Amino acid sequence: MDPDPPRDERLGPDIMPMSENQGFMKALKCRECGHEYPLGATHVCEFDFGPLEVAYDYDRIKTQLTREVIARRPQTMWRYRELLPVAGEPTVGREVGFTPLVKADRLAKRLGIRELWVKNDAVNYPTLSFKDRVVSVALSRSVELGFKTVACASTGNLANSVAANAAAAGLECFVFIPHDLEQGKVVNSLVYGANVIGIRGHYDEVNRLCAEIAGKYGWAFVNVNMRPYYAEGSKSMGFEIQEQLGWRIPEHTVVCMASGSLLTKIHKSYQEFSKLGIVPKTPWKIHGAQATGCNPITQAQKAGLDFFKPQKPNTIAKSLAIGTPADGFYALRVMKETGGSGDDVTDDDIREGIRLLAECEGIFAETAGGVTVGVARKLIAQGKIPADSSAVLCITGNGLKTLDAVVGHVGQTREIRPSLREFEALGVADGAELVNA
Amino acid sequence: MIRISIPPTLRRFFGGEDVVHVSAQTVTDAIDQMQGRFHGVRERLCREDGRIRGSVLVFVNDQDIRFLDEQNTTLRPGDEVTIIPAFAGG
Repeated sequence: MDPDPPRDERLGPDIMPMSENQGFMKALKCRECGHEYPLGATHVCEFDFGPLEVAYDYDRIKTQLTREVIARRPQTMWRYRELLPVAGEPTVGREVGFTPLVKADRLAKRLGIRELWVKNDAVNYPTLSFKDRVVSVALSRSVELGFKTVACASTGNLANSVAANAAAAGLECFVFIPHDLEQGKVVNSLVYGANVIGIRGHYDEVNRLCAEIAGKYGWAFVNVNMRPYYAEGSKSMGFEIQEQLGWRIPEHTVVCMASGSLLTKIHKSYQEFSKLGIVPKTPWKIHGAQATGCNPITQAQKAGLDFFKPQKPNTIAKSLAIGTPADGFYALRVMKETGGSGDDVTDDDIREGIRLLAECEGIFAETAGGVTVGVARKLIAQGKIPADSSAVLCITGNGLKTLDAVVGHVGQTREIRPSLREFEALGVADGAELVNA
Repeated sequence: MIRISIPPTLRRFFGGEDVVHVSAQTVTDAIDQMQGRFHGVRERLCREDGRIRGSVLVFVNDQDIRFLDEQNTTLRPGDEVTIIPAFAGG
């Protein structure tokens, strides 16, 4: 018979015993075998290496969390705190979330769909990506568990968010990134005083190193040993979408995929709100989007497989460049169960997607946003998202961070001397209405 | 001999060792040898059909065996094998 799981240093320096305050959490539970663990800093089941996930006391949550309660709270992601994995009040990132859900009529017309919404985490606080959601949860929980040093393996956005939120919380911070990331993302980590380590390798190699470092040092690695808590923060994007749509689940949601975690957590947010009676249970489809240069999940989805083949990434969408996605299997399952689909787009299509969103809605997304828009366009054209339906596009990061990817592809300035004659010689105002003398 | 690094999650099944040494021809051989010395290791690393679980990553000299010959990847004396849990997004 298998021995009981140990209580060891992986629980964190000051973990509270299970009998004390643990909020609405019950335990960490293996997604594969269901084995339960104490609510510490650990992420893998030692019986089958399956990922651990937070289990909640939904019966108790149902007695306390209602639309009215939520609506009375400040407009941040923490208005859904019973469904987020912290024991007490959040201490890091209390202002994160509740980003705009934009009704995108002009983009809807261009893509050929009746109704389109853009969930705009490109303006999330404080570092302009959806990662602020997961980081505020991971660091709040890290503080609860007594950690003083936090760390992450990152493709950029996560590094920015961990660096900024750690600085605000007074925590020591290490971020590990591929050495060739966009300058915007590197500077956006360094400025907060974080220890930034550039690894000569792609993200999967960075992550592998961090898995080894996390096993050796007593740090809270947000996407390694704190992953069960961290990943739950993504649900808040889905909770907000439902509330901002007027307490309903969207028919179609298009989500970009790196590890695939965000897609699975948006699905979980729809499941939780409908299970708790906060929204009516109506059918929904979740569609996954990747870059063709790194498409292990959508390649498997299109081939009808429930497993993926790892890849060596080669795409301008560096924030999605994970060739061995940890949640790929679960993302495939969500797409299949909801009747959704997946597709991928080329680097040129990604840039075109960025332009479309910017020109139609005034939203400048990073490359991952170009992936989402590009794939949505394909799925609508293929009829997988019907033209007479309604869809939400999840935009996860800000274009100001990935300028390198679009420089030279979005037009050029035309330079003249400060002379009216030279301006008119450009011909750009030909035919424009003149002011009456 | 081949050097195998054991992740913290599994160490108690290896008597607390962080490194073990085997003399094996392939990754499958190495797992068999570890199973012989430390009972219960195979079922933690492999599914019932004998294939390595999707949640387990194995590297030989820093190369992911999924890009090599998977479990049939050849091992040579002096090779270093690393076992770690599948990792997540960033």
